Amino acid sequence: MAYFLQQLINGLTLGAIYGLIAIGYTMVYGIIGMINFAHGEIYMIGAFVALIATLALTSLGITSAPLLLLLVIAAAMAIAGLYGWTIERAIYRPLRASPRLTLLISAIGLSIFLQQYVQLAQGGRVKTLPPLIPGGFTLMTDASGFAVGISNFQIVVFVLTILLMTGLTLIINRTELGRAQRAAAADPLMAALCGIDVDRTISTTFVIGAALAAVAGVMVVFYYGVIDFFIGFLAGLKAFTAAVLGGIGSLPGALLGGLLLGLVESFWAAYADAAYKDVAAYGILVLVLIVRPSGLLGRPEIEKV
Amino acid sequence: MATAVSPMRALKEAGIAALVAAVLGLPLIGFRLMDQAGGETLATRWYDLVYVIAIAFVGRLALVLTGDSPRRSAAAVTSAVAPIVRPVGAYLPWLLIVFALILPALPFATRGVIDSGILILTYILLGWGLNIVTGLAGLLDLGYVAFLAIGAYTTAILSSRFGLTFWECLPLAPVAASAAGLLLGFPILKLRGDYFAIVTLGFGEIIRIVANNWRSLTNGSQGIANLPRPSFFGLADFTASPAPGHTAFNALFGIAYSPIQRVIFLYYVVLALALAVNVFTLRIRRLPIGRMWEALREDDIAAAALGIDRRKIKLAAFAIGAAWGGVAGVVFDARQGFVTPESFGFIESAMITAIVVLGGMGSQLGIVLAAVVLVGLPELFREFDTYRMMTFGAAMIAIMRFRPRGLIETRRPTAVLK
Amino acid sequence: MTAILTIDGLTMRFGGLTAIDAVSFEVRPAAITALIGPNGAGKTTLFNCVTGFYRPTKGGIRLNRAGGPVQLAGLPNHRIARLGVARTFQNIRLFGRMTVLENLLVAQHAELMRASLFSIAGILGLPRYRKAEAQAIETARHWLDRVGLTARANDPADTLPYGDQRRLEIVRAICTGPRLLCLDEPAAGLNPRESADLAALIRAISAELDLAVLLIEHDMSVVMGISDHIVVLDYGRKIAEGPPAAIRADKAVIAAYLGEPEDAVA
Repeated sequence: MAYFLQQLINGLTLGAIYGLIAIGYTMVYGIIGMINFAHGEIYMIGAFVALIATLALTSLGITSAPLLLLLVIAAAMAIAGLYGWTIERAIYRPLRASPRLTLLISAIGLSIFLQQYVQLAQGGRVKTLPPLIPGGFTLMTDASGFAVGISNFQIVVFVLTILLMTGLTLIINRTELGRAQRAAAADPLMAALCGIDVDRTISTTFVIGAALAAVAGVMVVFYYGVIDFFIGFLAGLKAFTAAVLGGIGSLPGALLGGLLLGLVESFWAAYADAAYKDVAAYGILVLVLIVRPSGLLGRPEIEKV
Repeated sequence: MATAVSPMRALKEAGIAALVAAVLGLPLIGFRLMDQAGGETLATRWYDLVYVIAIAFVGRLALVLTGDSPRRSAAAVTSAVAPIVRPVGAYLPWLLIVFALILPALPFATRGVIDSGILILTYILLGWGLNIVTGLAGLLDLGYVAFLAIGAYTTAILSSRFGLTFWECLPLAPVAASAAGLLLGFPILKLRGDYFAIVTLGFGEIIRIVANNWRSLTNGSQGIANLPRPSFFGLADFTASPAPGHTAFNALFGIAYSPIQRVIFLYYVVLALALAVNVFTLRIRRLPIGRMWEALREDDIAAAALGIDRRKIKLAAFAIGAAWGGVAGVVFDARQGFVTPESFGFIESAMITAIVVLGGMGSQLGIVLAAVVLVGLPELFREFDTYRMMTFGAAMIAIMRFRPRGLIETRRPTAVLK
Repeated sequence: MTAILTIDGLTMRFGGLTAIDAVSFEVRPAAITALIGPNGAGKTTLFNCVTGFYRPTKGGIRLNRAGGPVQLAGLPNHRIARLGVARTFQNIRLFGRMTVLENLLVAQHAELMRASLFSIAGILGLPRYRKAEAQAIETARHWLDRVGLTARANDPADTLPYGDQRRLEIVRAICTGPRLLCLDEPAAGLNPRESADLAALIRAISAELDLAVLLIEHDMSVVMGISDHIVVLDYGRKIAEGPPAAIRADKAVIAAYLGEPEDAVA
């Protein structure tokens, strides 16, 4: 029971991270119908920026953990957001009228490019960082002495995710920007005719998605303490699976899908074979697409003939 | 044709580009993570950052000042080159075949060169195999390397456990790969293009993970070594000291032994197999099923409205493409002599897909050219290697932007009305 | 005379929207039936139900053929096409990079597959396939001559002018050897002269081949000129049915197209 609870906590933490990345996929897909294959690389870049920023700030004498965390998140969000903006303007916008597969292939090219760019710039080896906010709480101890604990940083992850999700939902539902976003996602031509700057809305979508992925990157750096240039590919596929599972185009779906995927992965690694946990994730993707392509919270798409 | 752009505006645009480059480059280029024993430290690389900012500034300035849409420039280049290329174009396939046939006899054909030739031919074989799936039927398969892996591992396991030879594995590997293709294809072929692509990517990854972890079958990350090389059609072996009861190739023909003989033989075997796929494809294009594949690619809704069972046809393409991937697997083993899961990652799939897409969907010649450029150049000019993958990614973006139909855009019809 | 197609209580709902509401009518053999109505009335949706691109929510679509009636509702689209129901599309769907001739050869895939034993005879180069392909090319030539496209037979389909593309799409559908031809706005985008030519073509082909035609069209000159029977839809419901003269004078139809006078709004 205790072991189960621990896996539950760990799974939800992992799931929150996947969810934050998945939101970027789902928002971009919802508004321009494209799978941004390079999104995972933005997350990876966010992680690297977080690591570098931490080292830089620490060397400048900033040691207070909360302040450091805040500054690092701000830096990662800003820089990843700029990467997202640049990518949209320079690469995807000129291709917007192209068929889906053309966009997908350029996204793949971009993903490879970014991976190699980071590998060349920072070296191919794994980078490590000692935990920023060590310690935690023991929730309970069972009969055999196994302690179920929640680390301080896990609490940070949950709090941050809730804050960001709330903030994002508020933006989408209450602000002008959010309205524009929903309109453009539903019908770009009509939205443009109503005076909405669809280009700018799309840019903003990319930036928001990138910023959230960057936060996920920050969390990975501090939670796991290990990153390399290839984490984007794997996390990207899984986050995409999460977005599909939750229903592509649905924001709460992305988070839900992420949490579920995180749980499945943790439990699989704990109770079944850890080596095959990635296969479990891919298996979910295939299953969802075959059985219920609209996902848990999505609406079924009807093909217009 | 260029619209006049004020120098002020050009400078402003260039300035913005430089600023963006500065911010984007600051963390990853300006700083460098140094891997120390105790953790990471930071070093700075301001000079490199300034260099990148300068390139961004100058590049954007040039782009804005020329004012021309890049696509128009690309079209201009194409139409300028066309009168030179077109007459040669008809002869080019034959020239290439002749060149390939006589390559080992040419003076610069060292063992390394022939080996590179085998590598390029293997990729051409893979490209032509994937072409059936992606080029003809229009199914973007991002995990094609899975079939290469299945072919290679089937061969490795059959030969290391049951002592089968190259020639015995050659018909068996495609059967295994094709079976996998049927199994995988059946549930996913109804998916829409981009979802289908991602799922095939997942499949490629699954095969790699399984190969890496199923140690009892595949020997895990260590792989299987000492794989057999092809014998001379079962009559003789390419070795200086043949096993008892076996003849040596050089003895059979009364010439001195040379290690290059084995390599040359493998080269011709791969060439023959590649030409076999080519002939197969050319034939099948003119058959109902080939035309149905192309119809599917052009407009699958219209194809369904004409009574074409899309699922069955796609499955056939997928399984046949997989079979050729399996064939390539046997050859792959013969060239390397060993097999490990590392050879079958996403990058390889992306490479093969790029060859087909860059070459021009369905164009046999285009695939050859793309393979030569993407695989051959880095092989022959090792200095490119550091930036090779990065250029590869950039090239994919560029091709989609400026020439999305690939190098060779024209399509040769399969039937003509006289 | 039994109908070739019987539509019975057909209903199509998308979520909360009812696109087609309990529509029933018959399509007679060797005759031209037109389906008209204002935009959004459900005409193309009905087409999609008949040809298997949508699965109807309720109701039946019965195809009466020599071997016995077949229920089309719920069958996959390619099966319905094989049963002899061919269609064209509102937005032309040609195999753009394939030539005009190849488009017509694809349409004849069923016989060619049979003749080539699923292409195996073809791979082996057996004469039975070559004969079948030559035959198919001749069939294609016949139809290309009929619509004046012979000169462009070896050009990619997407290089044809709009009017030619429309005619090619119709001829391609005919090459499948159908018993019922469903044309979705074949005259869309054509000028009056082209429309008249097209109308004459459809009329002639229907008579020559004893072919039933179900036609969606907005161009009233075409509809009134060649239809034997007209069915009118509005907001998913059938509001009138009958010969052209009767429909022209029908009050409900006029109201649907032109709107009611202000004081008549109930």
